[in-house]
Amino acid sequence: MGVAIRKTKAELGLADLYQGARRYLPGGEEITAVRAAAFDRFTAVGLPHRRVEAWRYTDLRTQMKEAKRLASLPDDAAKAKAREAKDLFAGAGFRKLVIVDGAFVPELSDLAELETGLTIQPMADALAADKPLLSQRLGAIVPDDDPALALNTALAANGVVILVAPGTALSRPIHVAFVTTNWVATSMFTRSLVNIGAGASATIVESHQGPDGSEYQVNTAMQLVVGDEARIDHIKVVSDGNSALHIGSLLANIGARATFNQLGFVAGGSLIRNQLFVRLAGEGTVADIRGGSLLSGTQHADTTLAIEHAAENGQSRETFKAVVGDTARAVFQGKITVAPGAQKTDAKMMSRALLLSDEAEADSKPELEIFADDVQCGHGTTTGAIDDELLFYLMARGIPPDEAKALLIQAFIGEIIEGAANEAVRDALTGALLGWLGRRE
Amino acid sequence: MAAVQETIDRVKGIDVDQYRYGFETQIESEKAPKGLSEDTIRFISAKKNEPGWMLEWRLEAYRRWLTMTEPTWARVGYPRIDYQDLYYYSAPKPKKKVASLDEIDPEILKTYEKLGIPLREVEILEGVERPTAAVEAEDGEAAAPRTKIAVDAVFDSVSVATTFKDELKKAGVIFMPISEALREHPDLVQKYLGTVVPTTDNYFATLNSAVFSDGSFVYVPPGVRCPMELSTYFRINERNTGQFERTLIIADKGAYVSYLEGCTAPQRDENQLHAAVVELVALDDAEIKYSTVQNWYPGNSEGVGGIYNFVTKRGDCRGANSKISWTQVETGSAITWKYPSCILRGDNSSGEFYSIAISNGFQQVDSGTKMIHLGKNTSSRIISKGIAAGKSQNTYRGLVSAHRKASGARNFTACDSLLIGDKCGAHTVPYIEAKNSSAVFEHEATTSKISEDVLFYCIQRGLSQEEAVGLVVNGFVKDVLQQLPMEFAVEAQKLISISLEGSVG
Repeated sequence: MGVAIRKTKAELGLADLYQGARRYLPGGEEITAVRAAAFDRFTAVGLPHRRVEAWRYTDLRTQMKEAKRLASLPDDAAKAKAREAKDLFAGAGFRKLVIVDGAFVPELSDLAELETGLTIQPMADALAADKPLLSQRLGAIVPDDDPALALNTALAANGVVILVAPGTALSRPIHVAFVTTNWVATSMFTRSLVNIGAGASATIVESHQGPDGSEYQVNTAMQLVVGDEARIDHIKVVSDGNSALHIGSLLANIGARATFNQLGFVAGGSLIRNQLFVRLAGEGTVADIRGGSLLSGTQHADTTLAIEHAAENGQSRETFKAVVGDTARAVFQGKITVAPGAQKTDAKMMSRALLLSDEAEADSKPELEIFADDVQCGHGTTTGAIDDELLFYLMARGIPPDEAKALLIQAFIGEIIEGAANEAVRDALTGALLGWLGRRE
Repeated sequence: MAAVQETIDRVKGIDVDQYRYGFETQIESEKAPKGLSEDTIRFISAKKNEPGWMLEWRLEAYRRWLTMTEPTWARVGYPRIDYQDLYYYSAPKPKKKVASLDEIDPEILKTYEKLGIPLREVEILEGVERPTAAVEAEDGEAAAPRTKIAVDAVFDSVSVATTFKDELKKAGVIFMPISEALREHPDLVQKYLGTVVPTTDNYFATLNSAVFSDGSFVYVPPGVRCPMELSTYFRINERNTGQFERTLIIADKGAYVSYLEGCTAPQRDENQLHAAVVELVALDDAEIKYSTVQNWYPGNSEGVGGIYNFVTKRGDCRGANSKISWTQVETGSAITWKYPSCILRGDNSSGEFYSIAISNGFQQVDSGTKMIHLGKNTSSRIISKGIAAGKSQNTYRGLVSAHRKASGARNFTACDSLLIGDKCGAHTVPYIEAKNSSAVFEHEATTSKISEDVLFYCIQRGLSQEEAVGLVVNGFVKDVLQQLPMEFAVEAQKLISISLEGSVG
């Protein structure tokens, strides 16, 4: 087994990227060693393909044709573009941090009057200080063999580090906006770290956007370390350009009696892979993880979730929905693992796909892996078209078919959006949903 | 409620050494030389007097097998199998050409008697305590009581007896060992063999194609409803022997057949390999019902010994309106790796899968099904119940897929797991792939332990803890048991309580 397969053009390109950049990438000796080890791991397995179980439905080896050159630091024109870029959360009063073409841009970011207990730092600076943030904090929960994540570790140049001191309740949500401005296709590797101290709370909104028609490539990772009795609301919106490749990893380690609310929303991009590795490390933690994907054209969106209940009395709810039109393809892979001894775990996972056209495709793989006996675990999944009876009900009340369909889709995805605790977030996502429905007509 | 100390103690005391069929039959046998090579295959083929094309077919499979690697994706772990350290053919030494049952080695007859499998037709006619189910009348002819079951008994590598051959022949049904069918109906076998599970299918199926020695062959002609249940009883007896049987069942247009399969093996410290292939073909309007009660030796309470059950079973609903239904009760084997599947090729065809998989001790089960919807308006139903106790690992792995043209495909899946004790694991790995918007797939799965409330309710009404658990477990698996033919259902129910003995109150 494991016969060396010829490297693809993209794999060779990635190797070139790394060889060319490794001397300039931020980080001292320790970080450099972590990067080298990560790249070796990637080289050993190459780009994931359908024989790699975790990537079964997203074959990067064939779908990623080449590696784009690394984005250069944003110049004034890029910054100007970023400033003018549409902001889904404009007017919501969030503290906005802007990352342009993969680089943290302080002058576009709102760094004034930081609340006591809040520290914000560009990841590049943190790396340069050679704190082994990249691996040490979460190394234990991250499946080392994930090739996309290994690439990120090897090549991440910037991002943001947000530290919330224990006991600090941040009332103002933080919006981390990742904006790609360049028309020429480039690739960007970003890594961010959010550390919520014990008893603290924060809302972090992450958005990704870029120009249509540009085949840029994003590989982004966010690490969340949440202390005991803390609360984090994390929302991620992908509205990348219609030719973009977006690979995102969320790595979360949640302490005891904490609250973890996560919502992922996909309304853009061409090939999207959102992977979430969540570990409920402490007992009595409550997690609510949701995802909504609006897909059309030839989009391919893969949401892969691995959640581990490592301690007793945890509760988690996972709800994922996808609306799939045209020849798009939605993939959901979810795995709940209940570790030995994690008794009284209560976990329920639901995934639903709504197929709008004959060529649309939905693949779902909800897994349970249970090693404790006193648990309540379940999963359900459904795939189907819009219910004709519901449609008939609405049409019988004088609503034209297209409108009726739009209403039903809105209701379908609405359940996901409702999961956001913050009203401004709900409004923004509803806006994105209506915009998507509007473009469909 | 937490697992009470009592329960934990009981789990500790788990004992799977309750295997009732662990005896060995002392009998002289004839074996192929140990190991696997083209010569072994030629030996088997020659022993069976097979036509030339069959040998070629086997050799081709063998050459293919040499290029393949053993699959590792299932959630099971076992030491490497040394394929050269096995006997691929073992047959009880015949005294002379056997003309009737009376001439079969009495030791073998005794073995089957001990197993509760009557090979003498008289005994069956006498009824033996079994309830006589509905009597079916066909064409005014006096119909046989349903307790009549034709049995093909496979002992290690060969079929030793097949009962009710004549009566079946009258109905036009061919039921015989596949080795015999290869000689008597070569065209029929050649037409269907390997068309559902090709020789290239997977590692174990390919190995089976190369070395299979016997198994059952069933052909039910157009419009015939097979007058009795057919059944094959597999017994592994010899040491160091792998059993590789091959079953091929064809229900021609409008035919119906119900087929039962049972398996046991002696209690030994070594692991023995059982790599079977079962192929079902249902043509237009035909129906095949295939039931298995698998009770291979599961190993002792330390996890030593037991059968590796690596089986490929697949049904092809080739014709329109055809139906294939798999029912399985899996209580034995050290490792089970088995996914009885349906290819729903014909329009309006339907597939069903009902399964109870019980694991105790150190057993590992990775089982499930595949429902592949190709035709229009095809439907499938999956009911899977996994019960894990002791230190066992029990995995359901299933695939439901609808292809582009499978409009109107429907699936309903329910797979539930029950955990008894905190050292075991229950896992669910379903794959649901819809490439057609009119496909409606529903899947639900739950995992839980037996509710203390329910137990309390029963105990309060005077049941002992053991009876209460038995009641709950039986309720849990009842959807599946109902699918089994009457005689089997009773057996299965007993089997379930035996295999869970010691694990619950």
